[in-house]
Amino acid sequence: MKKYDKIVKNALGREVPTIINGVEMPPYKGVGKYIPDGRKHAPRIPSMANYPEDGNKLVASLKEALQKAGLKDGMTISTHHHFRNGDLLAVQIFDIAAELGVKDLVWFPSASFPCHEPLIKHMENGTIDHIEGSMNGPLGKFTSEGNMNGVGVLRSHGGRYQAVQDGEVQIDIAVIAAPTADEFGNAHGLEGDAACGLLGFALADSQYADNVIVATDNLVPFPCIPWQIQGNHVDYTVVMDKIGDANKIVSGTTRITKSPDRQLIAEMTAKFCDDAGMIKDGWSFQAGAGGTTLSVGNYFADIMRERNIKARFVRGGSNKYLVDMLEEGLTDYILDGQTFDLEGVRSMRENPGHVNTSPFTSYNYHAKGNFAQFVDVVVLGATEVDVNFNANVATHSDGYLLHGLGGWQNCLFSKTVILPIPLFRDRIPVVRDEVTTICGPGELIDVIVTERGIAINPRRTDLIEKLKDSPLPIKSIEELKDEAERICGKPAKPELDDEIIAAIKWVDGTVIDAVRKVKS
Amino acid sequence: MGKTVTAGNKGDKIRSDCHVFLELTDSGGWVIEVNTKTGILFQDAIRQKAEEVLNHFELKNARLVVEDYGALDFVIAARMEAAIKQVAETDKEFLPEIIPENTTKSSREQYRFTRLYLPGDSPKLMLNAGIHYPNGVILDLEDAVAPGKKHDARFLVRNALRQVNFYGAERMVRINQGERGLTDLEYVIPHYVNLILVPKAESADDIQQVNKKIEAIKKEQNLEYPIWLMPIIESALGVVKAYEIASAADNVVAMAIGLEDYTADLGTMRTDEGTESFYARSQLVNAARAAKVQPIDSVFSDVEDMEALKQNVKRSKALGFDGMGCIHPRQIKVIKQNFAPDEAEIEKAKKIYKAYVEAEKKGLGVVSLGTKMIDAPVVKRARRSIDVAIKTGLLDPDWMSKEE
Repeated sequence: MKKYDKIVKNALGREVPTIINGVEMPPYKGVGKYIPDGRKHAPRIPSMANYPEDGNKLVASLKEALQKAGLKDGMTISTHHHFRNGDLLAVQIFDIAAELGVKDLVWFPSASFPCHEPLIKHMENGTIDHIEGSMNGPLGKFTSEGNMNGVGVLRSHGGRYQAVQDGEVQIDIAVIAAPTADEFGNAHGLEGDAACGLLGFALADSQYADNVIVATDNLVPFPCIPWQIQGNHVDYTVVMDKIGDANKIVSGTTRITKSPDRQLIAEMTAKFCDDAGMIKDGWSFQAGAGGTTLSVGNYFADIMRERNIKARFVRGGSNKYLVDMLEEGLTDYILDGQTFDLEGVRSMRENPGHVNTSPFTSYNYHAKGNFAQFVDVVVLGATEVDVNFNANVATHSDGYLLHGLGGWQNCLFSKTVILPIPLFRDRIPVVRDEVTTICGPGELIDVIVTERGIAINPRRTDLIEKLKDSPLPIKSIEELKDEAERICGKPAKPELDDEIIAAIKWVDGTVIDAVRKVKS
Repeated sequence: MGKTVTAGNKGDKIRSDCHVFLELTDSGGWVIEVNTKTGILFQDAIRQKAEEVLNHFELKNARLVVEDYGALDFVIAARMEAAIKQVAETDKEFLPEIIPENTTKSSREQYRFTRLYLPGDSPKLMLNAGIHYPNGVILDLEDAVAPGKKHDARFLVRNALRQVNFYGAERMVRINQGERGLTDLEYVIPHYVNLILVPKAESADDIQQVNKKIEAIKKEQNLEYPIWLMPIIESALGVVKAYEIASAADNVVAMAIGLEDYTADLGTMRTDEGTESFYARSQLVNAARAAKVQPIDSVFSDVEDMEALKQNVKRSKALGFDGMGCIHPRQIKVIKQNFAPDEAEIEKAKKIYKAYVEAEKKGLGVVSLGTKMIDAPVVKRARRSIDVAIKTGLLDPDWMSKEE
């Protein structure tokens, strides 16, 4: 099998393969242009007669569970990133697979982190064929240099759900790390030593995977309440010593910035929203992970407090700052997709206004609408933006894979999308002629806020009109780009090979861009 | 083997800077090694810049290692020149082009509420200084530069004066004391510096010596632009001589106090309340006003405590100071906001000014507000408050017509 085949130009003019790892994938056609019909993929039919009458699905070990689930060559194994950098299961699963001599597996995580570096050896020894998820840090370097056997596929959180629903990814075994569970497989993330909040990223896997394993280090008698994951979907349960390190949920991107320059960008972003009249009673916002974007939330809170108004809801990634807002009464609800710190976990456990959501409710393309669409303002990061407002979050300017897509693409559907970013990082301009990789089309990105000026997408004539008397430094995106190049100089183009090492999927399952091998 | 020298900084925490290692060799041309954090994106550009500098100084044979952490061209050039001048006798300079924004002049009266100190050997802090809109930036060659880095810092500060856009902030340099300070002037005077801070001033002579050197450089290079002085009083003797220092030369526009050194000289400690420096601050304000220059207060060293800073600014303003130094961008807003007139002050000033305009219109010699007569100094103060309010964005420049 060829790694990829049949390259065509998509609607953004990017050359992308239409067959990837043997699976047909349509090229990107434009926002809202790809509307497949027919029926969703259906899960395998289980029958209760095949499961224990007393509901006790406990097996002795993770290895036994994997064996019972029929672990064999070429299977797709899924895991989840509720513990972020504190995940302990993924590496164990592939250690077991290697020990059993199983080859050519596909790892389908909802995100990867530096803690997954040990998986490189399993890609080298053939246990793992390729990853469909995110490839960060060491995994990104390994993949970018052309060392992964298959082609990596990067999807948004919503896109991951869509891929499962479409049957584009058929999960053979899902392993769900559950901070609390019962023998039947009901599970939640609110309590236990490894409490991490919610388990929303595992929802699709529990519904669609052929085999579902719930692993816990906090077994409670039936019923495990609330059942974020329903035991009715679960094949095997396993008790382990430790399933994850919740303290490692907090990482660099989930703390507020201390840099005065980044704080200035955050403050300008909040002012922009205020001058545009967005901050009003009953409004809503989402601030993504990243020190600057989190800081924006703090400035929003200041403005709401001063004006004595509140939001109807805010969307998480929740952290201490959002929890403080909820407890202070600055918002009625946190609609939370994942917790970024232990305060978020506590709040979700204690506060009925702190609600867990999933990629289905928030981000799913094959749904009759989703929450991300009704958010008034979303504030997100990016590694690069170009003069057409296209943005990149997946690769660095030198071509290396750097981040996963997370919920970033899905959030672009909110009413106003703002990217607060520095004009340059360590001499590398962030506003460019052309981004290295397109992850989000410019038509969905409304405002770029940098420390040296704010650019409004010309499509947003309403915002341009509203901000025309603002004292904020409104400039054109070309002016910003010129200023970045004047300060930094024009960087050389990265030296890339023709070989494609990863594909970037759009929320609807089409391929928006391809990532090429870096010449080492 | 030739002599080896280095310049610049290296280490995990270094950003926007570079480190150069240079060895002059007898033969073999150039051997240049570039390791850069920017990877492929600027590798060739850095090498080109390095070759350009070596060419400029006519060095035919050299081994050069550049460890780069995202340094801009002017930084790379400054580091290379600092290294080269340790081993090669030359009068040449490698001057980056001067950006038009940095040829502006400043005026005697302009506001100096906030002036941000920037260590002269740290390029990273210089690049984004202007975006926080301090009234002035101080490229510091004195206390913020370690003794071993004084040489390197001169080239970096010189190049920054030519290349870094400070977005309208007045460009100031704090030179060292004594002879070293006079040599510092050679590196900054020809590059459109607006104002020189003279540290630890204790006599009119300290100021006049600096001025003599400035005049000599200006004459030699045909420089027309004004260069203002701001002496810093940092000792008991300086406080006693404050008026003499402030009136030592026509181009003194402000006088600052440095309380860390002053309190050390007194044998006491600085406190938030500042009782120990009350005399010195009052004396400085009085001397500065007598000499018709701006009195400027010391920096506030706790960069985390914004509330304490605010109280400090309020006390400072009440004593009669016109501004304060900042050691962190975060302090700028608090200082600006609290030196600027508050709402009640602005409202009062507007009323007085309107009454004044009204009286002028009617040809009245006496201005009155209600039943009160208003003296000329009161009008003067009101005009000043209004002017400050407009310049700090607290008042619409067209407030008069808009309120009618």
